[in-house]
Amino acid sequence: MSLDAATVRRVANLARLRLEETEVEKLQAELNGILGWIEQLQQVDTDGVEPMAGGAPVEVKLPWREDAVTDGAQAEKVLANAPDREGEYFSVPKVVE
Amino acid sequence: MTYTIEGETGPWEVVIGLEVHAQVTSQAKLFSGAATAFGAEPNSQVSFVDAGFPGMLPVINAECIAQAVRTGLGLNAEIHLWSRFDRKNYFYADLPQGYQISQYAHPIVGTGAVEVTLADGSTKTIGITRLHLEQDAGKSLHDQHPSKSFIDLNRSGVALMEIVSEPDMRSPEEAGAYLAKLRQIMRYLGTCDGNMDEGSMRADVNVSVRKAGEGFRTRCEVKNVNSIRFVMQAVEAEARRQIEVWESGGTVEQETRLFDTARGVTRSMRSKEDAHDYRYFPDPDLPPLVLEQSWVDQLKASLPELPDQRRARYVAMGLSPYDAHVLTIERETATFFETVARGRDAKVAANWVTGDFFAALNRLKRDISDPPVTAEHLGELLDLLADKTLSGALAKQVFEAMIETGQAPSVIVEERGLRQVTDTGAIEAAVDAIMAANADKVAEYRGGKEKLFGFFVGQTMKAMAGKGNPALVNDVLKQKLGQPAS
Amino acid sequence: MMRPTDLTLAEGLEALDKREISAVELTQAFLDAIERLNPRLNAYITVTGEAALADAAASDARRAKGEARALDGIPLGIKDLFCTEGTRTTAGSNILGGFVPPYESTVSANLKRDGAVFLGKLNLDEFAMGSSNQTSAFGAVENPWSRANDPEKRLVPGGSSGGSAAAVAARLAMGATATDTGGSIRQPAAFCGIAGIKPTYGRCSRWGIVAFASSLDQAGPVARTVEDNAILLRSMAGHDPKDSTSANIPVPDFRAAVGRGVKGLRIGVPAEYRLDGLAPEIAALWDQGLEWLRAEGAEIVPISLPHAKYALPTYYVVAPAEASSNLARYDGVRFGLREKGSDLKDLYERTRARGFGAEVRRRIMIGTYVLSAGYYDAYYLKAQKVRALIRRDFEEAWGKVDAIVTPATPSAAFAMDEKQDDPVTMYLNDVFTVTANLAGLPGLAVPAGLDQQGLPLGLQVIGRAFDEETVFAVGGAIERAAGFTATPRVMA
Ligand SMILES: [Mg+2]
Ligand SMILES: [Zn+2]
Repeated sequence: MSLDAATVRRVANLARLRLEETEVEKLQAELNGILGWIEQLQQVDTDGVEPMAGGAPVEVKLPWREDAVTDGAQAEKVLANAPDREGEYFSVPKVVE
Repeated sequence: MTYTIEGETGPWEVVIGLEVHAQVTSQAKLFSGAATAFGAEPNSQVSFVDAGFPGMLPVINAECIAQAVRTGLGLNAEIHLWSRFDRKNYFYADLPQGYQISQYAHPIVGTGAVEVTLADGSTKTIGITRLHLEQDAGKSLHDQHPSKSFIDLNRSGVALMEIVSEPDMRSPEEAGAYLAKLRQIMRYLGTCDGNMDEGSMRADVNVSVRKAGEGFRTRCEVKNVNSIRFVMQAVEAEARRQIEVWESGGTVEQETRLFDTARGVTRSMRSKEDAHDYRYFPDPDLPPLVLEQSWVDQLKASLPELPDQRRARYVAMGLSPYDAHVLTIERETATFFETVARGRDAKVAANWVTGDFFAALNRLKRDISDPPVTAEHLGELLDLLADKTLSGALAKQVFEAMIETGQAPSVIVEERGLRQVTDTGAIEAAVDAIMAANADKVAEYRGGKEKLFGFFVGQTMKAMAGKGNPALVNDVLKQKLGQPAS
Repeated sequence: MMRPTDLTLAEGLEALDKREISAVELTQAFLDAIERLNPRLNAYITVTGEAALADAAASDARRAKGEARALDGIPLGIKDLFCTEGTRTTAGSNILGGFVPPYESTVSANLKRDGAVFLGKLNLDEFAMGSSNQTSAFGAVENPWSRANDPEKRLVPGGSSGGSAAAVAARLAMGATATDTGGSIRQPAAFCGIAGIKPTYGRCSRWGIVAFASSLDQAGPVARTVEDNAILLRSMAGHDPKDSTSANIPVPDFRAAVGRGVKGLRIGVPAEYRLDGLAPEIAALWDQGLEWLRAEGAEIVPISLPHAKYALPTYYVVAPAEASSNLARYDGVRFGLREKGSDLKDLYERTRARGFGAEVRRRIMIGTYVLSAGYYDAYYLKAQKVRALIRRDFEEAWGKVDAIVTPATPSAAFAMDEKQDDPVTMYLNDVFTVTANLAGLPGLAVPAGLDQQGLPLGLQVIGRAFDEETVFAVGGAIERAAGFTATPRVMA
């Protein structure tokens, strides 16, 4: 599988990365280089193998937390790093639904 | 008979499936310790996890798991002892992490079914495809500023149950009944408050149309409809739109749409236009969710009585299926009824609750959570009827007085002397006086004008200010007037 | 006595205990060294001198009251991937802008709890994506070592924890925190002639560490000796209820294991690591290391890790996939850089294109692609299955051996102008280290010798899950046998 320019643009759009037309070709070549190298995985026989999700070396279960309010009353801290805010809100250019 | 919409080319059948997002009733959010209370100041219930800050990690809330399992059990659904959380990746202003943590491949609850009752008394079973846990997004306010949208993350990370139905509904009524039934079940279980106006329950409505006997045609999803009435309107509006498209020779494109409640039409959603590719994958921050069967069994054993079971019990108590249905719609109503009926005649109690009491609620625009008379007082009133202290007519008078004063019926009966007269002597005296005053009518009656009997009853009752025991008054009159000639 | 900056961490603790030096004096010595050498090495992005001296004074006060803690007064550097409350955290990227975390990462909080003094935030590859520290938005870090025959040639310290390794090697910190996703602790440690351990996945909390690839990231220390690593890891590790992947098991006294010896231990040597084209010097060092262990009473056992050769391509599917999702939160809305845009989408695209460097953008693209509709099964799911096989290979090996010894890197430190031709050449740096990340196992890099150019070379010890003690024991034995005393040219 090798990416064409259109796919590179589609992926960049999914990833919300602005791509100048001049960058497409170089990026396409780099990505195809990496993906070509990754292709060797197809040689591995993985029939009936359970995929490994998560990084734990041993079987683990999701730990549970009790239902208690322990966090969150901190609007100022949450907003302190905001590049733009209006009062107690974050703000962004108007979104049209 | 099936519901259809008449088009130029003839009748069209409507196919409806619902994805309901129900807010889990819990103190804290699904993956953070921030509060879930409605209506707080903007961004005042936001942890750094909810705001997607660098290095923040999710930890699941045990109660949210329990609530999802309770709901699954209430939907007669299979509980999956092994489930997993996935990331649904997309960019949106009110989605701080850039992904929603949801359960895509392995939901916590599998297939189930609910039975809905329709207006004509018939019932229908709607299949449940799945129920999964996921995070709610924040709220975007688009109307606060000419060029900006405002973001409030209080909702961000609140636990939702997404309940997906089979495309089993065929009319707006069925869709409405299904949604009402879901809300009823979750309210009985205490797993979701069902307040649609606070956004605790929202429905994505999947609609398609077809000719009788056809397979499914392309469906459209009408997003985030927030009342049962709007769901029913949206179904019809979207169905009519699709019929027009098909009949004008076009084809319906699969898309997400919004319901414009003001204009009663659906419209395409601009923001969701660009191609969906959510890139789901298992969330590496969250190991699999594993449940013990014994824990599920404990939850099952501790479930409250559900509406269907309760309705069946009422029918067994001798109530009509209809009364049993109305009395179980709201858990509070059923509780009220059971207090009134405790140790009394269930049918009489049902008649009073569904009759005079409901009438009073409507008339006074009150609801069951603050009733104009208490269940205890209404019960006492039934006792006064049972022991003949009150006649039916007097009981209605006393009931009105109870509404006005909030006093116990016994007090009202004493203070206003509304106790009915069962002393035959007093009744005979009244009857004698009436007969003396109406000798001519007595003669006519005896002469065969039988229908005058009612006149004498009325006169006697009037003379006794309505307190005469109706049965005794009849007996005394019959005996004193004697048999009319035939 | 010797200059304070020459003390190992263990020696530093002893000198403080004996009052031969105060925490303030020790801290000042390192701050002076930083002031002198950091302009050249660029190991620190932020130096927090005032806070460090204040913390050192507080430490001296505790010690005077006899309340000294495990690391009291020890000056450390913190990789700038760890969120530090009130101190700007950059992840080596422009996209975080002036982000000042309102919280402290669990690992750095544990170190503070034990009395450590933080000198500042250390340079790294952007979002820890790199093997040369050249992807940092704050400039490359120079390796304090250089080639004997070409001393002016500036070498890379390795990456992504290049700032951490360079600072410790040049005596600009007694030890440092680091993180390792594919080799980011072990490779720079080897390149800079120091030791570093990536513990078992789940041993150190990930809470408060800027995420790169959540199923692979692990925090660990770098320091000059194996013993210093053991001391630091004990403070850094521990169960954290805020991280659902944090292991709820006790933290042993790693330091005690360092001198344990290897008598009777079975040491595995994976055939697949004998890459054709493996530098003879590396092969020779590897054999030498095994010889040392045999001499100490260990049994050397040939083993096979059949899927090891697929570890790197597996990693370059899994890590970018997770990163593409983890980095979606950098959108210019709640913190960090924001570029103006005609609408929200344009704002996102300009902010992320400007804020992320080339390598990060490349990996986000790869990760987005391998997760996208139609490619998920062929790439992501396939990689997860191969990853399962790699883990299984190790499980089988543990039936035969107690630890595995390999080279840490396929080469010594390379020059800043080398390996720039294509990304894959750079990726090959992690060929020996990445398997431990995929399997979640502990891996320790120990300096074991020098190449002909006088550059340090390291060996790697891999152990069973949560058996860092054996790893420290084997590492300690190699360290003692190697008697590595060489020092870099640029040094305080
Ligand atoms: Mg939906
Ligand atoms: Zn949903």
